[in-house]
Amino acid sequence: MTVTVEQGARAAGRHRHGGPRRPRIRTRIRIRDSYALFLLPGVLAFLAVVVVPFLMNTGVSFTDWQGVGSPDWSGLANYRELMDDSAFWASFRHSLFMVVAMAVVPTAIGLVLAAALFDFVGKHFGSRTAAVLRACFYLPQVLPIAVAGIVWSWILAPDNGSLNELLKAVGLGSWQQDWLGDPDLALYSVMGVMVWVQIGFPLVVFMAGLQRVDPQLYEAAELDGAGWWRRFRHITLPQIRPEIHVVLTWCTIAALKVFGAVYVLTKGGPGGATDVPSYFSFTTFFEKTQVGYGAAISTVLTVLVLGLALVGLRLQTRAEDAEEGLRT
Amino acid sequence: MTTSVRTARTGRTVRTVRTAVSRYPVLLALVIAALFMVVPFLIVAVNAVKSPAEYSADGPLSLPDGLYLDGLKSFWERVDFGQKLINSFLISGAVAAGAVVLSVLNAYAIGIGRIRGRTWVLAFFVLANVLPQEALVYPVYYLSKEAGLYDTRLSVIIVFTVIQAAFGTYLLSAVLGRFPREIIEAARIDGANRWQVLWRIVVPVSRPTLGVLLVFFFIWTWNEFLLPLVMLISNDNQTVSVALGVLQGQRLMDATMTNAAALLGVLPAIVFFLVFQRTLTRGIAVGAVK
Repeated sequence: MTVTVEQGARAAGRHRHGGPRRPRIRTRIRIRDSYALFLLPGVLAFLAVVVVPFLMNTGVSFTDWQGVGSPDWSGLANYRELMDDSAFWASFRHSLFMVVAMAVVPTAIGLVLAAALFDFVGKHFGSRTAAVLRACFYLPQVLPIAVAGIVWSWILAPDNGSLNELLKAVGLGSWQQDWLGDPDLALYSVMGVMVWVQIGFPLVVFMAGLQRVDPQLYEAAELDGAGWWRRFRHITLPQIRPEIHVVLTWCTIAALKVFGAVYVLTKGGPGGATDVPSYFSFTTFFEKTQVGYGAAISTVLTVLVLGLALVGLRLQTRAEDAEEGLRT
Repeated sequence: MTTSVRTARTGRTVRTVRTAVSRYPVLLALVIAALFMVVPFLIVAVNAVKSPAEYSADGPLSLPDGLYLDGLKSFWERVDFGQKLINSFLISGAVAAGAVVLSVLNAYAIGIGRIRGRTWVLAFFVLANVLPQEALVYPVYYLSKEAGLYDTRLSVIIVFTVIQAAFGTYLLSAVLGRFPREIIEAARIDGANRWQVLWRIVVPVSRPTLGVLLVFFFIWTWNEFLLPLVMLISNDNQTVSVALGVLQGQRLMDATMTNAAALLGVLPAIVFFLVFQRTLTRGIAVGAVK
């Protein structure tokens, strides 16, 4: 993404300073090399905090280890065991539900909300109103997930919980549920909470993206008689496609990593009904102390996340390249 | 020509009338949706100031009769909330400052120094940033025990400084890649060395972006849960997030206490939100498009 810009700038720089200043080339090379010194603290810190632990974790995933003594090499045994572990498959299946709740639904709602706030509220009621509404939607995003979990587990509590009380108050008492305690419902309740948590992020990104769009496009379309839906489909969506890619990628990654919400809301329960890979690996590490097995779970999760990130980056780079190409 | 203009104009007035009629229902729907987002905060605030007796008599939906602050006070004392706030501020503040410095150094080498292989270095930082913490948590736990850093705030500060700096490096490298070269060349010709160029020119000029990063790192670290949960086990070192999450996980709190906990957890977030609102929304836009 930066590469295109940099190459352009460097080419321009050469053009300007090339030719007459040939003799300086040697010093330039020396200067460029010594910039690497500035990278030294960062690289060392990364080796110590990220690279070494990550390699250790991957290594441990090929061993049988309880966290004390020395690990016993067991080859792929942990991974073979994973393949037959229904709890493992269940946790990844729940991850798919989380992707729906944290990436797909918030992106869809975020798009409609962003278009409505930007194109409609912003135009007819002033940008202040739009900004206040946007702030309301964004608020859950700054909340620590642990706190959001406390708030919602209390609202969804079976006895005296606000949601059940509300249902009773409006005469729908028969709809009362043990929202987080019923194995058939718990996952959907957690999903609902995650939509609430997540929605602000796509909204804010999309609204920022819309500011880039030339208002004349909308005016022209409006003059041609295009209704709100057609403007949304044929102008808004194609214009902010890069933002949509970015949001979908990051939200999907966040959904695969979700931990705090599950810890605070359900602890993976009832009966594993809301277990997700990160929580599964956490309990395997620290409650069952099967460190090798936990490492295998987190390694699988890591491969998935890194793969997704690479695809996402590729999409983003391609979109930006296309944009650069259009501009020049 | 004239006719077409006229039809266009009448068409427009018809449309304006129509939108004026449909305007308020749409706004109303949006306001209701926005209220739905905020209502959980309001319910928590309302119930945190009810006495237990009032809560059990009237349930969660009634308005409070008066301000009952003993619930908040006893919760504050019971979990030593002041200490938790200090810990959170200390950790988040140190991480934010440290991660910005580290990001600046990295991005200076990558974005302005254009060191060889910078695309790979950058890709490395990006991947380090998306790496699930689950893949680091056990070795970090183990190594910090070996190093005698387990259950210290310093260990969490070190780890998050590095993790946040990964994102900062990624973002700042893109920003500095477009830094006007002429300014740097001019300073070099005037005899400034690279260190001086960095602190006297690059940092002051990039201050708005650095401010955004500082705010983001602070709030992200404040909200972090998994690693602090694993690393900080003693009460004196726990952050707000961890303390509240653990309490909730133990299922020992009654309704009033839960609300006190929730309100005390929500308040700092709302304060940050109000203080940093502009930076936050602007920053997300910068971060997403880069």
